Amino acid sequence: MSQFTRDEMMTIAASRALKNTDVCFVGIGAPSAACNIARLTHAPDITLIYESGTIGTAPSVLPLSIGDGELCDTAVTTVSVPEMFRYWLQGGRVTVGFLGAAQIDRFGNINTTVIGDYDHPKTRLPGGGGAPEIASSCGEIFITVKQSRRAMVDKIDFFTSFGHGEGGDHRERLGLTTKGPTLMVTDLAVWKPDPVTREFTVVSLHPGVTREMVQAECGWTVRFADKLEETPAPTGIELSTLRDLNARTKAAHSGGKTGEAA
Amino acid sequence: MAKFMTLPEAVAQNLSSGDTVAFEGFTHLIPHASAHEAIRQGVKDLTLVRMTPDVIYDQLIGIGAVRKLIFSYAGNPGVGLLRRLRGAVENGWPHAIEIEEHSHAAMANAYEAGASGLPFAVFRGYKGAELARVNPNIRSVTCPFTGEQLAAVPAIRPDVTFIHAQKADRKGNVLIEGIIGVQKEAVLAAKRSVVTVEEIVDDLSTHPNACVLPGWAVTAICLVPGGAHPSYAHGYYPRDNASYIAWDKIAADRDTFLAWMKENVLDATPEDFAGRIKDLRSAA
Repeated sequence: MSQFTRDEMMTIAASRALKNTDVCFVGIGAPSAACNIARLTHAPDITLIYESGTIGTAPSVLPLSIGDGELCDTAVTTVSVPEMFRYWLQGGRVTVGFLGAAQIDRFGNINTTVIGDYDHPKTRLPGGGGAPEIASSCGEIFITVKQSRRAMVDKIDFFTSFGHGEGGDHRERLGLTTKGPTLMVTDLAVWKPDPVTREFTVVSLHPGVTREMVQAECGWTVRFADKLEETPAPTGIELSTLRDLNARTKAAHSGGKTGEAA
Repeated sequence: MAKFMTLPEAVAQNLSSGDTVAFEGFTHLIPHASAHEAIRQGVKDLTLVRMTPDVIYDQLIGIGAVRKLIFSYAGNPGVGLLRRLRGAVENGWPHAIEIEEHSHAAMANAYEAGASGLPFAVFRGYKGAELARVNPNIRSVTCPFTGEQLAAVPAIRPDVTFIHAQKADRKGNVLIEGIIGVQKEAVLAAKRSVVTVEEIVDDLSTHPNACVLPGWAVTAICLVPGGAHPSYAHGYYPRDNASYIAWDKIAADRDTFLAWMKENVLDATPEDFAGRIKDLRSAA
């Protein structure tokens, strides 16, 4: 087994959750890497959708924005943004939404809007973009986030995207018929919601990670599954695929040349 | 029928202080040259509409041209936050702005409602989302057939929409290709529209289902090669990602920002855009 970083373990563990038959709405950043590693390893036929309207895209490098030209060049089709959100997302055609988070709580509720008070924010973040309806319209939601006490908090400052709310049957009470967050992959562990309370629970620790390390980087008291597993280490193929993709991406986005030009 | 004119003429004839204006483009085909011309002409008190305000809205806000922003995602894609927007929202510099914040689904539906001549948009959204608490324009309607509660937002009806496109023919028909975003809806929702293009051709030589805006649905067309830079024009030049990365540092400091604006916007012309894409074009 070769050496690997925690970030590499996070991306690879997240990629394994995607199936070859999935139709996946890809969030920018960490989710984009995981989704493309899935496509380049075990799920070559996965349909990746970016909110710019590109359906079935297969970029050779990770896009800097959700609307890089290569996403369109390699897509099966590119539709308008209203069509994207009306027919494909709201129409119920997307099986998985893959999101990142600036701030997340134990029930998978996500804040990407403000730190502090909405009207007088300490930090104005970009906002929700497509996330509020991705979170409610996709069949299920996977989340990937790097653990820290700033990101994983007891109470988020703003409910940008609804996860399991206060837990339990809160989604059903709001009339949401989709599953919501079913998986969270961090750089330390794999988490799944408790079947009753819906609180995210650690089900698998990445190699070399202890319970104490997970708790040290999380702002709430972490629950662990009774039967705690160890995440399989990255395979040689997974690692080399990710490193090649990152190297191509870095080369494409540095200097005056861009992804399209590489 | 679309009239061909220079960009300074088109801005002077179609944009006034106090207008509600959309400079649309979803990462691709962002009308930078038009926004810069608006800044040069000194328009003020604008209500800016856009799904994804990025660098040009940061510039319009930082220069003090904006009263209100209606948006769904305000960031520098792949780079980070918009520092001049943050300066206005967090510190009131150069002055405070009003914000009306939505989700992408809401904005896309609201543009479509505007283009459709409807007063509001209806969609399944905002469930459990806190924006509904802070934005009084997010309301709900009950489906008269099923009883389902659905989200409702007002239609977007800009006074004027600016977009950038690949080409127009000599009759003023406009072709938009690649990531087409919400530009067609934004033009059809607006009272007036200005389209900058990379080139004017005899024949659009396209296919029957291409995204074409007929000349009679557009107010003004201006030839501005490179007019989307540092955004891109599919088939002409790629996105200048390095400029987006550089913007983060430029916008971080008020004086650096103002000096950059003087040199690259206030003392520049629409013709300067052609030079900015010269090296990129060969790479496309």
